[in-house]
Amino acid sequence: MSRPFARITTTLLVSALFATTAHAAPSADGIVVYNAQHESLTKSWVEGFTKETGIKVTVRNGSDSEMGNQIVQEGAASPADVFLTENSPAMVLVDNAKLLAPLSPATTAQVDPAFRPAHGRWVGIAARSTVFVYNKNRLTPKELPKSMLDLAKPEWKGRWGAAPAGADFQAIVSALLEQKGEAATLAWLKAMKTNAQPYKGNSVVMKAVNASQIDGGVIYHYYYFGDQNKTGENSKNTALHYFKQQDPGAFVSISGGGVLASSKHKEEAQAFLKWITGKGGQNILRTENSFEYAVGQGAQSNPKLVPLKDLDAPKIDASRLNSRKTVELMTQAGLL
Amino acid sequence: MAAHDSPTSTAGLRRPGRQVPLWLQGSSLLVSLLALLPVVFIVAISIQTGWNTVVQLVFRPRVAELLLNTSLLVILTVPLCTLLGVTLAWLTERSTLPARGCWRMLAVAPLAVPAFVHSYAWISLLPAFNGVSAAVLLSVIAYTPFIYLPVSAALRRMDPALEDSAASLGLTPLAVFRRVTLPQLKLAIWGGGLLVSLHLLAEYGLYAMLRFDTFTTAIFDQFQSSFNGPAANMLAGVLALCCLGLLWLEAGTRGNARYARLGSGSARQMTPARLGAWTVPALLLCLLSGVLSLGVPLITLGHWLWKGGIEAWQNDSLWPALQQTVLLGLLGAVLTVLAAVPLAWLSVRAVSRLQRLQESCNYITSALPGIVTALALVTITIHYARPLYQTIVTILLAYLLMFLPRALVSLRAGIAQAPAELEQAAGSLGSTPGQALRRVTLPLAAPGAAAGLAMVFLAISNELTATLLLAPNGTRTLATGFWAMTSEIDYMMAAPYALLMVLLSLPLTWLLHDHSKRSAGR
Repeated sequence: MSRPFARITTTLLVSALFATTAHAAPSADGIVVYNAQHESLTKSWVEGFTKETGIKVTVRNGSDSEMGNQIVQEGAASPADVFLTENSPAMVLVDNAKLLAPLSPATTAQVDPAFRPAHGRWVGIAARSTVFVYNKNRLTPKELPKSMLDLAKPEWKGRWGAAPAGADFQAIVSALLEQKGEAATLAWLKAMKTNAQPYKGNSVVMKAVNASQIDGGVIYHYYYFGDQNKTGENSKNTALHYFKQQDPGAFVSISGGGVLASSKHKEEAQAFLKWITGKGGQNILRTENSFEYAVGQGAQSNPKLVPLKDLDAPKIDASRLNSRKTVELMTQAGLL
Repeated sequence: MAAHDSPTSTAGLRRPGRQVPLWLQGSSLLVSLLALLPVVFIVAISIQTGWNTVVQLVFRPRVAELLLNTSLLVILTVPLCTLLGVTLAWLTERSTLPARGCWRMLAVAPLAVPAFVHSYAWISLLPAFNGVSAAVLLSVIAYTPFIYLPVSAALRRMDPALEDSAASLGLTPLAVFRRVTLPQLKLAIWGGGLLVSLHLLAEYGLYAMLRFDTFTTAIFDQFQSSFNGPAANMLAGVLALCCLGLLWLEAGTRGNARYARLGSGSARQMTPARLGAWTVPALLLCLLSGVLSLGVPLITLGHWLWKGGIEAWQNDSLWPALQQTVLLGLLGAVLTVLAAVPLAWLSVRAVSRLQRLQESCNYITSALPGIVTALALVTITIHYARPLYQTIVTILLAYLLMFLPRALVSLRAGIAQAPAELEQAAGSLGSTPGQALRRVTLPLAAPGAAAGLAMVFLAISNELTATLLLAPNGTRTLATGFWAMTSEIDYMMAAPYALLMVLLSLPLTWLLHDHSKRSAGR
């Protein structure tokens, strides 16, 4: 009886080990992408890229600041070849640690100069706009806040929501910090702690607005379009308010992509970034259901979106956005 | 997990000394030292962070808020769980409630539904469901079986003679229950209550969905915003202290009264108490708890499965997730049970102070929430053990540390069933102690080992936080896949993941039900 028991155990162990290593370990010729972008969008990019080039891509999913800090700690031995973010601050964090390799000029040239830093160590791969999503039955256009900063006023207490733990909202705060300075930002965040309902995720904020639990919320534009494109069940009572007038709430955030200096597959990694900023990758932004803005030279965004040039976004140097300071201030305000 | 009935018999006790093989001692010591990693990490990181920063990060309003939330959760949930668990146990074990077997199954069944699937079911039904009342209600639903199981087992094992004597001395039935029955249930209630409290502190998915912030959800938010930043680590430190505090509280108030029956012979069968006019309310209570704990998840899950149709199953990440879950579960379970063998053997055959100390190391670590252990391992591997970073070894080690006691409990019961005399006989026929262990004890302990394997496997297959932090690149399990879908409020695509997790958990539920039946000698 002892023999079969031992044999079964050994067989199980050995076969499981083989199967797992075969599964989890990235193949020698492929690249590893640390992805903080939406999983579905990156999946479409990866599929298109692999189909065209035959290069395998292993994706690790996470969120902006988590992975940015992770890469910094991993340092020169990071397993990642490429880093994709939803917003710029995490990219800046990695760049400040001198961990990014210069991108090939062919790649940077493909991207509209408004959506990439001049130094060329990372580029924009997509863009998203801050919006105030509101419940049409509870707010008339006249009652809407004129500025995102108005949400700190007492009359908004308990009436709005956001997802403070998410990278998106933190990017909006980092832009506020860059625009208005530390003291004003901390004051606004403290008011937010009193006034706002915290949610886990932007789609949950929109769902709560739709269900009249709150009057409005600060999120990005594409959650609305994505839901409208599906069943609309989480957005049918809502509409989007664009702050415009270069308000902090009109911030347009750049999703970034970069190749790590430590990458052992630089050629493939560069090819991947070239592909997603090129025709194939940017086309996916227009035709598929991500509803993020395209940033390639001359690339068209989804026609359902309000054109980028009409958004009157504040002019902010994306390479100066500071994620650590932002998280510090939010921790100080008790939001984290 | 539940129904800890540790064998206290000393029949197999062997004189400690040279007979204990060195490799057994060594490997059990190694496992226990590994178990200390998270605690060492917290102490070291606090020292490294520096006192001023620690004070700044620990003594702030947010921490007070989290402390309040977490204590409120424990203070409200544990008594409610106890009340419901003991009532259900008494009704199904001691009363004339119709169809008791059926209600027994139903009382254990919520265990087949992972806690974060419970919240998924409720939140997709009632989107406005949140806050402390929602958190308490769902915690009671999800965790009452942890009290029900040990209490019903204790009720079944109890000798009715004591209660009869009390009644014959003039006590009313209620007084008999309060003064005779309840004290005998104390150990079961305390143990179950501790288990529930530790789950309340460790659970992430359930409370994240209900927007109820506890230490665990706040640590996760910090992790998302700063990886293993000092704020996350300090919150983990406070959370670890809370867990240790609970362990200490339980050990300090449990008491050491003995409740075993003396004398020979076997206990008489219990005569069930007549419910009479109470039958209908009792049935209604059982029905209500069944509907809330099983009806709601099944109905919402069915709804989303129906709505998603065949398309939801054609998701090409679903099957690899199932495959990876099963693989991680199998590897983790085998490894954990193997690591538990030396400890279990020593705890039955060569009880010593060192061995007791080792065992408590393992219990303390497994009482820590997965997120604390995971944070510790991320930081340690990234800085000091880079070849292990993001490998399957690290995640398996996390599972080992978190779930070792589950394997230990089952394994110990199994080894206790293999008498030491058989090993001695093998020794006299020329086997080394190692050979004797392998050829004699282990095969006899196989059923216990199998139970341990199942327990650990299922704990791994529903594990969320440590897996999110430590999984190798490209790994996706059912739990993390389900979490990704629900975060996007894609309830339809999440449903197949949830169903697969429930199906994987069914055998465990059955096993626990069966185990508690057999431990009562039926």
